[in-house]
Amino acid sequence: MYKYDPIDQQIVNERVAQYRDQTRRYLAGELTDEEYRPLRLQNGLYIQRHAPMLRIAVPYGLISSKQLRKLGDIAQKYDRGYGHFSTRQNLQLNWPKLEDTPEILAELATVEMHAIQTSGNCIRNITTDQFAGIAPDEIIDPRAIAEIMRQWSTFHPEFALLPRKFKIAVSGTEKDRAIVQAHDIGLEFYKDVQGQMAIKVWVGGGLGRTPILGTVIREHLEWQHVLSYCEAVIRVYNIHGRRDNAYKARIKILVKALGIEEFKRQVEEEWAHLKDGPLTITQNELDRVAKYFEPMPYKTLPAHDASFDAAVASNPAFAAWVKRCVQPHRVPGYRAVTLSLKPHGKAPGDITSEQMHVVADLADAYSFGELRSSHEQNLILADVQVSDLFAVWEKAREAGLATPNIGLLTDIICCPGGDFCSLANAKSIPIAEAIQMQFDNLDYLYEIGDLELNISGCMNACGHHHVGHIGILGVDKDGSEWYQVTVGGKQGNDASIGAVIGPSFSAEEMPGVVQRLIEVYVRERQDEERFIDTVRRLGVAPFKAHVYAEKETA
Amino acid sequence: MSQLIQLAANGQASIVADAWIRVVPPAAGEESVRKQAGKVVLFKLTGEQTYTAEQIANTEIPATGKILVPLTIWQARKAELQSRLAAGELGIVLATNETAEALQAEFTDLNTLPLIAVFVERFADGRIFTLGNWLRTRFGFKNELRAIGDVLRDQLFFHKRAGFNSFLIRADRSAEDALASLNDFSQPYQGGVADVPVWRRVNRA
Ligand code: HEM
Ligand code: SF4
Repeated sequence: MYKYDPIDQQIVNERVAQYRDQTRRYLAGELTDEEYRPLRLQNGLYIQRHAPMLRIAVPYGLISSKQLRKLGDIAQKYDRGYGHFSTRQNLQLNWPKLEDTPEILAELATVEMHAIQTSGNCIRNITTDQFAGIAPDEIIDPRAIAEIMRQWSTFHPEFALLPRKFKIAVSGTEKDRAIVQAHDIGLEFYKDVQGQMAIKVWVGGGLGRTPILGTVIREHLEWQHVLSYCEAVIRVYNIHGRRDNAYKARIKILVKALGIEEFKRQVEEEWAHLKDGPLTITQNELDRVAKYFEPMPYKTLPAHDASFDAAVASNPAFAAWVKRCVQPHRVPGYRAVTLSLKPHGKAPGDITSEQMHVVADLADAYSFGELRSSHEQNLILADVQVSDLFAVWEKAREAGLATPNIGLLTDIICCPGGDFCSLANAKSIPIAEAIQMQFDNLDYLYEIGDLELNISGCMNACGHHHVGHIGILGVDKDGSEWYQVTVGGKQGNDASIGAVIGPSFSAEEMPGVVQRLIEVYVRERQDEERFIDTVRRLGVAPFKAHVYAEKETA
Repeated sequence: MSQLIQLAANGQASIVADAWIRVVPPAAGEESVRKQAGKVVLFKLTGEQTYTAEQIANTEIPATGKILVPLTIWQARKAELQSRLAAGELGIVLATNETAEALQAEFTDLNTLPLIAVFVERFADGRIFTLGNWLRTRFGFKNELRAIGDVLRDQLFFHKRAGFNSFLIRADRSAEDALASLNDFSQPYQGGVADVPVWRRVNRA
């Protein structure tokens, strides 16, 4: 992974000093709440329901064992001994003290970490596929460009105070796993007819209150121009994005208002001035950064391992875990392992300090000391030898990190919701827990198969409910908590936004509602059809009919 | 004590006396407060009118001295201001909801203006950075470019890198204290108006 040189280190150190002084001035009453707000937000600090919340950047989801240990220690020392991995691959602490945050950032800086631009109206952490660099279907590893873009966007002098937050995702695989279409800018890397690295650029996607999938603004962009092109896009947005209404301030609203053709015309006009200027990435700079993302020193291994095959054959629990939590790798004899942060009945994405240490040790012993976080809120050991899988499983299981539910109904994506977030309409974690308990039967879960269930506590959509096969949204009705259900959302190349099935439900009804949606699927599915395929084939009607029929007779 | 910070050609910052008189139109009436969904709208949209015809007409323009005049006043009252321009006594204020093109359209050569100020009503309005950048890089403005309005020390580093070389710190804050923030970072990653990205600046290999 990328390693800081003295310039990177100096920037984060200077940032800590700057923020320390800003916080001092705020506490001394020299800065108003309003003035301090964007400053703390751009250091990841929200003021939330119980306490501030600190969001620490995990750039494109890549983290070392050393860094994870540090996070574990910080959570222990300054928080309540746990952290929360978010849907944007970052780590959040739910209970730090404001006065401690400069010190936390100083500790982070010692392991080349920070909380820069993890919040606020600026360019946020750039996200990507958790299997970048190892996925068999990868065409281009986008991480070097992602790192170059991280640096470019860090304290960008022109884009420090945009109309609203700005999220960029990059992906270089055949099957999109980074939801590029749900981002302000999505960059899809591919090889063009000349065999050169090129980028298809999507713009104007975003979930939130007005879910919109992105539109392709440019089919073919040479990689050298990615910075100048993004700069042109964001410049047009900075000037014309709506600042008069926070709910209409995202770039997606501007793109819709102007129409993609007019928006594109303005971008191209702007780009004409920037293209081929100093922002053009040199081969030198790409090579400098790319050397940090070269393939690991893999051994030459046979594709099969007899002891592994025997363990799978004789141990059903291990076999179940392999089926759900072990993902393919491009190098023979290696696999990726997803450590589930979704044990049934616990807050999705939460991880304790002790678990962080266990995971860091696993990474050191079995996966070159590196880890990835996924937007599904799990952790990944990307480079495990097949012959080590059994040992990894045993240790992960002991630490409660081996629930074999990856990609299944209980691998729920869930925002912090009403338990933590002051914007929430409703709680989301207890709903996730109740659904996990309702389906706490692995055989049944396997029978249901691949299914994504996403929960957000309000229309800000932090839990990506719009793109869940089943989406659950907290709504407020006369001051009490209700839940609206959608079906048919999907992430990926054929992304779609779910359709609402009807009037909302109380918290107690929710596990039953999910149960009935599943009943329809099990009744109607053909052959190998997944839940989402059945919804796409049949539409919402049969699901709606069954859910509300039961409700009326109940 | 002056609130004006100025960068010398060598980048040295100092607090200097302000030689310019700011021409400010009278306040508009209560009815001009715009609301949306019950909330007062804090930012004007790009292209939105800055002052009403009545405000423009009622603006008093001092007869002598260097005057800093809003673009809309210049547009409406050019005739009476022409001699001041010729005398080098006219600077223009561009508001963040106005466009650099509108300013450009008024002057065949922007460099006949000794001073352009960009007025930011709320510090969180990042359009000021793009405007600064455009004036310097696109429109070739070489004279003094000043940030005025809700100008606070925590944005100064960005203002500077977006091409501003003078900063009128908000009246209730110390310009002296603000000086320090101009040097928050010693080796920024990306280019600014006056420099190139770090990988073109230094050898990082
Ligand atoms: C608890 C404090 C949090 C607050 C106050 C908060 C606030 C918000 C707001 C206001 C939005 C909507 C922005 C817009 O549409 O313009 C949003 C979107 C989002 N949040 Fe959060 N959030 C919080 C925590 C989280 C967490 C823990 C995650 C990850 C699990 C997360 C992930 C996201 C994502 C992915 C979006 C993007 C949806 C989109 O594309 O528009 N947020 N958040
Ligand atoms: S979706 Fe709403 S409730 Fe959930 S974290 Fe985001 S803002 Fe809070």
